[in-house]
Amino acid sequence: MDYTYTILILLLPFLSFLFLGLAGKWLSHRAAGLFGTTVLGVVTVLSYYTAFTYFTADRVDGVFQTLVPVNFVWLPFSDALHFDLGIMLDPISVMMLIVISTVSLMVHIYSFGYMHGERGFQRYYAFLSLFTMSMLGLVLATNIFQMYMFWELVGVCSYLLIGFYYTEKAAVAASKKAFIVTRFADLGFLVGILIFGYYTGSFSFDFTGNAVYAANAVHGVVPETSKALAAGGFILPTALFLMFIGGAGKSAMFPLHIWLPDAMEGPTPVSALIHAATMVVAGVFQVARMFPLWIQFAPETLHIVAWIGAFTAFYAAAVACAQSDIKRVLAFSTISQIAFMMVALGVCLPEGSFTDNHASLGYMASMYHLFTHAMFKATLFLCAGCIIHAVHSNEMEFMGGMRKYMPITHITFLIACLAISGIPPFSGFFSKDEILVAAFQYSGVMGWIMTGIAAMTAFYMFRLYYGIFWGTENKEYHAHHTPHESPAVMTVPLIILTVITCTFGWILPGTFGSYVSATGEAYHIHLDWSVAATSIGIALIAIGLATWIYSGARQPIADKLQATFPRLHRWAYKRFYLDEVYQFVTHRIIFGCISRPFAWFDRHVVDGFFNGLAWGTHASSNGLKTLQSGRVQQYAFVFLVGTLLLILMLIL
Amino acid sequence: MNISIYCFLIVSALMLAIGIYGFLTRRNTLAILISVELILNAADLNFAAFNRLLFPAGQEGYFFTLFSVAISAAETAIAIAVMINIYRNLKNNFVENLDSMKW
Repeated sequence: MDYTYTILILLLPFLSFLFLGLAGKWLSHRAAGLFGTTVLGVVTVLSYYTAFTYFTADRVDGVFQTLVPVNFVWLPFSDALHFDLGIMLDPISVMMLIVISTVSLMVHIYSFGYMHGERGFQRYYAFLSLFTMSMLGLVLATNIFQMYMFWELVGVCSYLLIGFYYTEKAAVAASKKAFIVTRFADLGFLVGILIFGYYTGSFSFDFTGNAVYAANAVHGVVPETSKALAAGGFILPTALFLMFIGGAGKSAMFPLHIWLPDAMEGPTPVSALIHAATMVVAGVFQVARMFPLWIQFAPETLHIVAWIGAFTAFYAAAVACAQSDIKRVLAFSTISQIAFMMVALGVCLPEGSFTDNHASLGYMASMYHLFTHAMFKATLFLCAGCIIHAVHSNEMEFMGGMRKYMPITHITFLIACLAISGIPPFSGFFSKDEILVAAFQYSGVMGWIMTGIAAMTAFYMFRLYYGIFWGTENKEYHAHHTPHESPAVMTVPLIILTVITCTFGWILPGTFGSYVSATGEAYHIHLDWSVAATSIGIALIAIGLATWIYSGARQPIADKLQATFPRLHRWAYKRFYLDEVYQFVTHRIIFGCISRPFAWFDRHVVDGFFNGLAWGTHASSNGLKTLQSGRVQQYAFVFLVGTLLLILMLIL
Repeated sequence: MNISIYCFLIVSALMLAIGIYGFLTRRNTLAILISVELILNAADLNFAAFNRLLFPAGQEGYFFTLFSVAISAAETAIAIAVMINIYRNLKNNFVENLDSMKW
């Protein structure tokens, strides 16, 4: 099978970006939107076709082959080390193709309604195309350097789209924050790549060479023994962890998560596409990409990743319980769910010196959750977009009782909530259940922690649901502005995504594992009913609790809780003051104690030296110029005196 | 009547000294020009005196004096023309005031 056409999957959105970016000024909104959406439709069809042919092709030794249909050397550093650009097809990249193209297409269609009449509509579609190209390039990368390049590109797109409403101060600040925080984390990624490239002699994702290299290193048979020994020892885990720091920045792991909630200043469809479904899972994807190395050479470090993920999941869930801005709740829920995926990857165990599908169940679970989460979280964000479109506010106090006005949004939102809470038969149940099984397999403590966080997820999602669709209606506000259901162009994507969420889990029972698994061999998912029953039970209790507290017209219990624990509520509402901590650290400590003395030194000592030089030259020239006065009489006098002196000297 | 060479030398030395003093101290360009003429004439006087004293048969000193007079007349004409133009443009011909093209 020839896959060379996959290059079009990258080229088409890029050309669309160029066209819309350059010619957008002369296009009508309608033409620009239609053009972008059509191109993306073609890309989607190509992606689906690729996935279909790839997954129906014959396996070799029970494994789907890793194919590199396109590859060329772009920048050779040395004979062995070169920076290639190409396309690599393997189960996870093909799966990501489907996720990205589906969500991106839905967002393109949805934006047609949501961004209707906005200034910069063409620019918006141009950026969406660029983002889609970058994200696809990221997942199709053949080597870590190419991944890094596209990684930065998605970062730029995120920056551009968060700051789409660039006339608003908050959006500008948020875009800068997102860019700086992730850029800062990417420094770790870059250092990790360089260490990795230096010690293993390759950037490629084809790890067979590395494995041989490192395995030989242990026996000391590689020519450069010391270098290779170091690679086999602690260097590789260090490099991988540094790369993970980059991933933690993109995927908003604690403590680098602070940019994601602020990123909600961007248009809501952008939040759905970039900050919920695709870009923020790049960190998870990166860890999954390097997974063979993690599991073979750095399993202990991998468990650190798991604990960071678990803490992040808990933290984000706790904060989500107290937020009042619906997009912020969803943002924290995203952080929490991505952390779930990280945990799933982190709890994988090596089986001897091999990767084993059962011990590395988390890998499959993580990718599974990535897929399902992308669908239902995109639904939730797009629903939130519909609601904001109808109410013109993000705050929950302006909502309440919306179910009467927006039936389609209501139903899709409810289904997505049920899916994220892990209620069967929705897709979230199946993937979350696999994560919990993997966590329990690692340790009971981790398993119960994750189950608890899953319950918190159910609780805050239903708090959000009741806050928007039930409860007291803000009649006063709705009176002069009646909310209405969104147009079909916005509701159809919701319905499509919801259908995927409803059916994906059970329509192909247990098949996800047969396509995507740690070793590549088919792994048949079987539900662990004890874990499943516990998680369903706990989720139902949490939903019940949320119903009891928040579904009524008034919420006496919630108010009472808030009154009983005012400090706890305040802390959670303020996100445990983490932004303030950052503010303190950057402004007071880094700017105040380090940058300011440096600036003083620069301004007074370095600049002072050169100013002194200039001043000295000026002053001496001022003194010298009186000699050249331009007064002929003075010259004549000097001349005369000189002549007389000379004559005197000659005479004497 | 035989006038001593010293008389000529004293007169020319005085003229030279007065000319130099005037050149150095006068502020008016016209006065400076007159001072220059005095210096030149002092030199002319010396030419004539020494010619007569040392080479009574020769004429070179006299001719040189005549040349010098002619050239200084031409120089004076140009200098005065320049001064008149400066005065027309700047309404001034005092040297310390003519500094509009100075640094």
